[in-house]
Amino acid sequence: MKKPVLKDKGMFPEQYELLERTSSPVLSRRRFFKYMGTGLASFLLVSDVLSSRALANLGADERSIAEDTIAAWIQIGEDGKIKVFTGKVEVGQNIRTSLAQMVAEELFVPVKDIEMIMGDTRLTPYDRGTYGSLTTPQMGPKLKLAAASLREMLKELAVQEWSLGKGSLQLEKGYIHHPNNGKRLSYAQLANGKKLLRKVDEKVSLVPSGEWKIAGTSVPKINGMAFITGKHRYTSDMVLPGMLYGKVLRPPTYGARLKNIDTEKARNVQGVTVVQEGDFVGLTAPDSRTAAMALAIIEAEWHTVPQPGREDLFQLLKEQGETKEGDQEVEDMLQAAGAVLEQRFEIDYIAHVPLEPRAGLAEWTGDQLTVWTGTQRPFGVQEELQRTFQIPKDNIRVIMPDTGSGYGGKHTGEAGIEAAKLSKAVGKPVKVIWTREEEFKWAYFRPAGVIEARSTLAQDGKLAAWDFHNFNSGSAGIDTPYAVKKKNSQFHASESPLRQGSYRALASTANIFAIESQMDDLAFLRKMDPLAFRLQNLEDGRLKDVLLATTEAFGWTKAKPTEHGYGLACGAVKGGFVATCAEVQVEPGSGNVKILRLVTGFECGAIINPAHLKSQVIGCVLQGLGGALFEAVDFKDGKILNASLSAYRVPRFGDVAEVEVVLLDRKDLPSAGAGEAPIVGVAPSIRNAIFDASGHKINRLPMLPTGKVPV
Amino acid sequence: MKINVNGKDHTVSVNGNPSLLEVLREQLDLTGAKYGCGEGACGACRVLVNGAPVASCIMPAVNLQGNPIITIEGLEKNGILHKVQKAFLEEDVFQCGYCAPGMLITAVALLDRDPAPSKEAINSAMQGNICRCCTYPLIRKAIDRAIKNGENHEKAGVER
Repeated sequence: MKKPVLKDKGMFPEQYELLERTSSPVLSRRRFFKYMGTGLASFLLVSDVLSSRALANLGADERSIAEDTIAAWIQIGEDGKIKVFTGKVEVGQNIRTSLAQMVAEELFVPVKDIEMIMGDTRLTPYDRGTYGSLTTPQMGPKLKLAAASLREMLKELAVQEWSLGKGSLQLEKGYIHHPNNGKRLSYAQLANGKKLLRKVDEKVSLVPSGEWKIAGTSVPKINGMAFITGKHRYTSDMVLPGMLYGKVLRPPTYGARLKNIDTEKARNVQGVTVVQEGDFVGLTAPDSRTAAMALAIIEAEWHTVPQPGREDLFQLLKEQGETKEGDQEVEDMLQAAGAVLEQRFEIDYIAHVPLEPRAGLAEWTGDQLTVWTGTQRPFGVQEELQRTFQIPKDNIRVIMPDTGSGYGGKHTGEAGIEAAKLSKAVGKPVKVIWTREEEFKWAYFRPAGVIEARSTLAQDGKLAAWDFHNFNSGSAGIDTPYAVKKKNSQFHASESPLRQGSYRALASTANIFAIESQMDDLAFLRKMDPLAFRLQNLEDGRLKDVLLATTEAFGWTKAKPTEHGYGLACGAVKGGFVATCAEVQVEPGSGNVKILRLVTGFECGAIINPAHLKSQVIGCVLQGLGGALFEAVDFKDGKILNASLSAYRVPRFGDVAEVEVVLLDRKDLPSAGAGEAPIVGVAPSIRNAIFDASGHKINRLPMLPTGKVPV
Repeated sequence: MKINVNGKDHTVSVNGNPSLLEVLREQLDLTGAKYGCGEGACGACRVLVNGAPVASCIMPAVNLQGNPIITIEGLEKNGILHKVQKAFLEEDVFQCGYCAPGMLITAVALLDRDPAPSKEAINSAMQGNICRCCTYPLIRKAIDRAIKNGENHEKAGVER
């Protein structure tokens, strides 16, 4: 059996999905506590996602931090301002707002009284990273418990202060009111630096969702003003006294090693310092123009090694995929069946293209290092810096200012590390901002993949056998949500020619594309309506509900012009349930495809902020259009051929179809994250609509690089 | 060399032929305009030059003598938001916000030129601005709101 791919191409959390089927058993809760020692009840909320591999990487200090006290999460200043601490970071999900709402609700204070301190390794409790739609379901409850515990503690203090027996106290806008004499005490007066080290009460009662006044409402983006006035400072905007601009020399192709280098001309440029440590060559200059010019006149020769190109990609991923024993029963059923639907799907690499490229600013003060960088994992970057410089983690502070997006693409800390290396060498603060070209070439991509699926139906039209294999793109969403008599879904790790990592919704997009394409084609073979066919095979009530609400809003049963097609798709991802209906037009003469309308229904439990949730759904759907229709990374001989925004197309204004969002608010259910799930229905619903309109089955992503179906 | 930014004259260095974006960000500490692509393809770096939205990342600063420049920082006047800023704030448009300065600048230029643009005219004007979070429908709503609110506000632009 082929060994799983474990070589270090940069394995980031979430990318565990590329490994988990072959290694890293998920740790049991019991073992986790044993490992973690005592007094860490608040970790309970995150234990399920930690693998033993990840745990082994935790430092001793992380294993012993007592983060079960209120003070670790919430502090009340003497001015009455409430500071909330979380290692989660803001990259545009608007969790700065939604988390503040959840805390405000429990504390009976307005959102404006809350300051969120986020993603600062010195100030906030350890956090593995902001990914996987985990903020709302995991950090939300954790902060709510801390806030409610604080509230109850304040009430106790007020009872003591007023020598009251048990009685009901009214809380409002940061004050506790005396039950009968009209007096009131502010939270600041009561807290007064006291007793915040009390443990978070895991059993404290929370405000029931039916009584929410702040959570569940469309509170506008915190600091929204700073963004529309240009005043918000992203990492790339930050300046320190004496700061220099850094650049790093990149190889001409992947896998190239330095043979010879002549940096003399660059060194002779006024203000330029060249830094060389093995294959790492960088420089600093007083301004970015000088830095770029000096970099351009470094003369370097490289050893190159042959690299695969895009034309060989899918063959390669399949051939080098690990072999696994299939399921004999499924195989027998498929062999015995009269009609088997067998399909292969190909998924290209795509790029995240965060509009703010990677940026890092580093400053050394003696042996203390501070790095500001836009990363989804500030604590992960702290670990990367620790490995790079071999200094104690306590000497390293990583701060993450609200950043120009990530979409899963900023789990790493390259620019921050480069800035720190250069800063250490030149003894001044250094800022490194990647160019768009660097971001395309030296970040990482959403994995490419090959999916092979076979399925067959029983006499009654229900799914009988299902065999599903994903090579390289990932295992997220690989399990069909439909009831099948006997199924086998397997992920096969492979050798990726390009550096790959997490991307919004991971492989759910690819897997659900294949699953929902199969479902549509099976419905067609059975001569059944795609909606009726799905409902017949679906058992999950929440998914059924969202499917029905979406098709109703779309008008699934309404007549349509002949050139038009309707398509639908649904899926359950990271605690969210989504369905998308698409209407497309395929011009018979030209084969031109127009995406006319996309209706997406989404249910993720109790809604915290309806406006921002709607915005996330819209953003997912429209970003998903890119990967569905035209985005693909082109590469050959170790080079990315479309590493610019003029060559790599992303959705723009003119690509925007009519988008409608239907939100189902389930106040009775815990809130789940929403930044990922709504992307998964886009591609398959459009694929199925194109089939409905034209009879063309397009089993690859992107589907329409030329905008046309073959005619 | 002297350039006029947001109504003020500044003396800047043009050694090495820097782009306008580099001058604004690194010499004048006006970091509202953003680097996004370096080839004028994403709109994040746009500023108004003589009232037109210009990609400052590919505009050599030396071309700008005598051409007044307005950046996102210059839209606010005496502490009062520009009508386009106000509309974007009211619609609560943004996710990561990195595209915001360029989006606003392009929208301001559009509405200065045509106070009641058609849907097609809006698409065409905004086509050069990428919002990678894809908040496009919210941006459109904000522009529609700015159009509606437009009559009561004075024109913004280079004449201030």
